[in-house]
Amino acid sequence: MGFLVGRLLGLVPTLAGVVVVTFVLTHLLPGDPAVFFANSVTADAATIAAVRQKLGLDLPLWQQFFVYVGQLAHGDLGQSISTGQPVAADLLQRLPASLELTLVAFAIAIAVALPLGIAAALRPGSLLDHVCRVLSTAGVSLPTFVSGLLLIYLLYYLLGWAPEPIGRIDPFAIMPPRITGLLLIDTLLAGDTEGFGMAARQIVLPAVTMALFALAPLARMTRAAMLGVLSSEFIRTARANGLRRRTIIVSYALRNALLPIVTTLGMIFSNMLGANVLVERVFAWPGVGSYALDSLISLDYAPVQGFMLVMAGIFVLVNFVIDLLYAVIDPRTGLLTHA
Amino acid sequence: MRERLLLLRYVLAENPVNLVALLLLVLLLGCAAVGPALVPFDPIATETAVALQPPSALHWFGTDQLGRDVFSRVVVAARLDLAIAFAAVLLSMAVGAVIGASMGYFRGPLDTIGSRTTDVLMAFPLFVLAMGMVAALGNSVSSVVYATAVINLPFYIRLSRAEVSVRRSLGYIEAARVGGSGHARILRVFLLPNILPALVVQASVNLGWAVLNTAGLSFIGLGVRAPAPEWGIMVAEGAQFIVSGRWWIATFPGLALMLAVFCFNLLGDGLRDVVDPRTRT
Repeated sequence: MGFLVGRLLGLVPTLAGVVVVTFVLTHLLPGDPAVFFANSVTADAATIAAVRQKLGLDLPLWQQFFVYVGQLAHGDLGQSISTGQPVAADLLQRLPASLELTLVAFAIAIAVALPLGIAAALRPGSLLDHVCRVLSTAGVSLPTFVSGLLLIYLLYYLLGWAPEPIGRIDPFAIMPPRITGLLLIDTLLAGDTEGFGMAARQIVLPAVTMALFALAPLARMTRAAMLGVLSSEFIRTARANGLRRRTIIVSYALRNALLPIVTTLGMIFSNMLGANVLVERVFAWPGVGSYALDSLISLDYAPVQGFMLVMAGIFVLVNFVIDLLYAVIDPRTGLLTHA
Repeated sequence: MRERLLLLRYVLAENPVNLVALLLLVLLLGCAAVGPALVPFDPIATETAVALQPPSALHWFGTDQLGRDVFSRVVVAARLDLAIAFAAVLLSMAVGAVIGASMGYFRGPLDTIGSRTTDVLMAFPLFVLAMGMVAALGNSVSSVVYATAVINLPFYIRLSRAEVSVRRSLGYIEAARVGGSGHARILRVFLLPNILPALVVQASVNLGWAVLNTAGLSFIGLGVRAPAPEWGIMVAEGAQFIVSGRWWIATFPGLALMLAVFCFNLLGDGLRDVVDPRTRT
């Protein structure tokens, strides 16, 4: 327990820093927000001054910061000009779409990369090993927005296997009642198998695009970590003792190779959150990335600020979970002795 | 020097991939240096009569929606993309090395503040931070350079801090101190040159990321602006034509982008072999 509390307290300075950075960045943004809120560039000086006062922009910067933090504490991320909604509500509405995409891609990446990396490590120099190496080098080099477009061309235009890249679901289809916001789960909960199939078909292409980019470093790290462990002496001993091959690979080697793999997972997750913006753009996916991007283009900064905060928040959370995973995977770290 | 050259030859001969990477680099740098003088068409001149033509003997990579020659644009774009990437990485490396080395050398409050700041930077998904920074600094090429430099900064700070921490108590530093060298001189003459090889390896890998980052930003409309030939923008322009089967507009700049990143990644691996043969995987 003490460990948990300690780790949670350790997050506080980082999160505080994130809030400061986001605040400073948004206050560097060009354009006078007051002119914006007054809704016209030709608004007279008095109107602008009034709006300025109403928004608290006449206060010194440090006071504005405290006002901002106060609003944050109430879960208030400001108002979006383009949608007219509170940013927090907008983000909440779009977050499931991004989350669904990221999680499906993450699952695909792990399902492909781990076995591939392990197989490559078991037979170094084999054909599979070369496939793994080519895939992992090409994968990191391929920008997501290019691979996404190529997949669209190949699977939608040439082969006709994939549906048109127009978002999560056919615009004429009936949306299932919103429970989790994740379409794949909501349709199943509503017993709508047709809707599930439709949602699944829509998500395949963007998810594969993201997975392609994520599985490269993962496969590479799995291979390297497994190679390192497999050449160590306790594996030799286990082999000499005649343990089953499966036991040696899974419970002896993989368990020990897992630490660097999990570290890589954290890094990959960060990259995926960033890549989300690009992939959502390519596939017209209605997630938080598209939302932030649309707002950025229409010079609407509160959503951008909210988006950055939420992304950083998610990432800090993921790192926290990974820290906990360390303790579970490797009791030698001693992190859980007091738990 | 002779030994280094021999080692280089050994590494190139042992792993032909390194040779490929080196040739790719020469090709890319060649495109950036003399490409604009050699290309058959003006990369910006529009000619709507020949818009959207598939690749042919005249237009090797086809033409885009405004009739511009895609081949010429892809070649010319190398200059801008590579210039941004090199500028960002050099800036990041120079600043990061000095900050990180000072943190590792002086320790104390400087180290604490620096480490905390790096943690905060690393708490953002890097591309998201770059987006926010370009939006804040203004939509221009120099903003992209600064943003890319900042998101790469933590890697150099951490690396040089770790390398200096290991070396600061070694005998030759002790000797330098006893010999009357001040802190600045120790850092400049004895520590920074020693950590340079590790930094260069990191830089090579980061060059690939920097190219990706720049292209990604311009793909979503930040930084470089049309009509400037730039790979990310070209992919973005071609994206709308993909669903109607005109693949060449987006594919060729995309391939160029991939080739550049691929080259820097391979180069990073190769350099690591030269600099630190122990970490070879």
